Amino acid sequence: MGIATTHLPTTARRRPTPWGGYLTLLLAVAVMVLPLVWMVLAGFKGRDEIYTSPIQWLPATVDGSNYAQALDTVPFGNFFLNSAITTVIGAGLKMLLGLMTAYALVFLEFPLKKLVFGIVIFALLVPQQIVIIPNYTLVASLGWINTYQGIIVPGLASAFGTFLFRQHFLTLPASILEAAALDGAGHWTRLWRFIVPISAPTIAAVALVSIVGEWNEYLWPLLVVDRAEMMTLPVGLTLLQNNDGVTNWGVLMAATVLVTAPVLIAFFALQKRIVSGLTAGAVTG
Amino acid sequence: MTAGTRPAPTPGEVLPATASAAPPARPAPVQRKRRRPYRAWLLFLLFAGPNVALLVIFTYKPLLQSLQYSTLQWNIGSPVARPVGLGNYVDWFTDPTTPRIVTVTVIFTLATVGGGMVIGLLLALLLNRRLKFTGAARTIVVAPYVLSGVAVGLLWLFVFDPNFGVTSALLRMIGVTSPNWYTDPAWALVMIIVVYLWKNVGYVALIYLAALQSVPRDLVEAASIDGAGTLRSFRSIVLPLLGPTTFFLAITTLLTSLQSFDLIHAMTRGGPLGGTTTMMYQIYEEGFRSGRAGYSSAVATILFLALLLMTFVQLKYVDRKVHY
Repeated sequence: MGIATTHLPTTARRRPTPWGGYLTLLLAVAVMVLPLVWMVLAGFKGRDEIYTSPIQWLPATVDGSNYAQALDTVPFGNFFLNSAITTVIGAGLKMLLGLMTAYALVFLEFPLKKLVFGIVIFALLVPQQIVIIPNYTLVASLGWINTYQGIIVPGLASAFGTFLFRQHFLTLPASILEAAALDGAGHWTRLWRFIVPISAPTIAAVALVSIVGEWNEYLWPLLVVDRAEMMTLPVGLTLLQNNDGVTNWGVLMAATVLVTAPVLIAFFALQKRIVSGLTAGAVTG
Repeated sequence: MTAGTRPAPTPGEVLPATASAAPPARPAPVQRKRRRPYRAWLLFLLFAGPNVALLVIFTYKPLLQSLQYSTLQWNIGSPVARPVGLGNYVDWFTDPTTPRIVTVTVIFTLATVGGGMVIGLLLALLLNRRLKFTGAARTIVVAPYVLSGVAVGLLWLFVFDPNFGVTSALLRMIGVTSPNWYTDPAWALVMIIVVYLWKNVGYVALIYLAALQSVPRDLVEAASIDGAGTLRSFRSIVLPLLGPTTFFLAITTLLTSLQSFDLIHAMTRGGPLGGTTTMMYQIYEEGFRSGRAGYSSAVATILFLALLLMTFVQLKYVDRKVHY
């Protein structure tokens, strides 16, 4: 404390515009943005503008032929649809499971509650890759290869979400639940009519983070899908990469824009909620 | 699955349940719960059971199965498996490529976890300063974190193109010949690490920033604005306050770093010459490309044990550190 108070007057007096700070800030932003700009520009470049030296920074014309070719070469519509379906159902069910488990852990009675909580928490330590072979064998034996349930079900269990919801539920005022109990509401009603509405910000934040996670999921859908029409966007994107011997960067970058743009737009629109979802784990943990 | 956790509720539970349904006006829910525990337990199982069942089926059971598979010489989908005992483990420890794979894994992990925390903290200190536009800058810095790893890998692969990429053009401007990021194993690893940091450093910055904002502002300002004198005050005041955050990040970023697959698969497929094959990538390669699912399971088991050990050490170490 002593340090801060003795320094305050001095820093306040000699504090012109901190150009150094702004320069560093600009640099950091540029490093983050320029690769994305480069991707967008390349999406508009013809072959001759890409395979040229010295480098040509800007495309001569803005035309969508790379986009047309990307949409032509692979079934992008299917990719979008598959990504949307697996993301919505996967993230939705995951949230449901997380909310129900957290509710049980906080508000219901069970002698082995600690064990159940332990099972949920320890699962956070098991990387998905460690168990891909047994899971692949199981999914294949169920005939779930190239199906939505094959993509969705193995990753459905909620560990992190349950943990966050539990943390949040523990902070809720007891009076609300007492009111609900006096109301004669059953537990299912208490969860949806009392707990969920007052937890909306937390739920939205966690939902957004899990939506982003599902949308970007790569390894598992790569393993369980080999038919192009069942592929999700990230998996389908690598299909373009392999199409001919030499990578056609213009087309590939156009496709990459198609994959990243929806997420970027959603992120900038909802950044406050997403950011609080990302920090939620650190603050409570 | 859940039934195995606990003996199934006996028929006896029906009786107290119906009996207590008669006087509904009693305002003591706690007492009522105690009088019919089985009903409450059943409710718990209905709420938590599905999730726990999924965890058991798709996380815990496969964890044990993986252990069992690791003692087999077996290919995925093949009906025949030959038991080899600890043969796969012996093979892994004596394989000439193992030292390289372990080295790549360690370098990648240290560089991404350590580098990520240092750069992330510096970014957080910058974003915590009283500057305009820091809100927008924070959003931009975090943006790559939400993008698909495959998309990020591909766009950076183009940036690093040795002939037509941005890096080669920039290096040529200052008279340096670009290394061949595609064919040189060491430079390929550098490339993957750079891209990983670009994608993930915003998350670390975000978490540190949240922590910094709970530190009294004057302390941080004094530390980050003034020069050398306050570097010490930063080290002795701000950094200890960030201890729990650093601990949280050390565990979470270690887990994510060890699981990296998207970037490596999109950019190098573990190559060139195995230069970017981490243990995690080896699990995929051996299991799904080389038809050695047993061997792959052995690598998975070794990696998981290593991960447990590291987490345990971290927990131990920080247990002492957080109680200041």
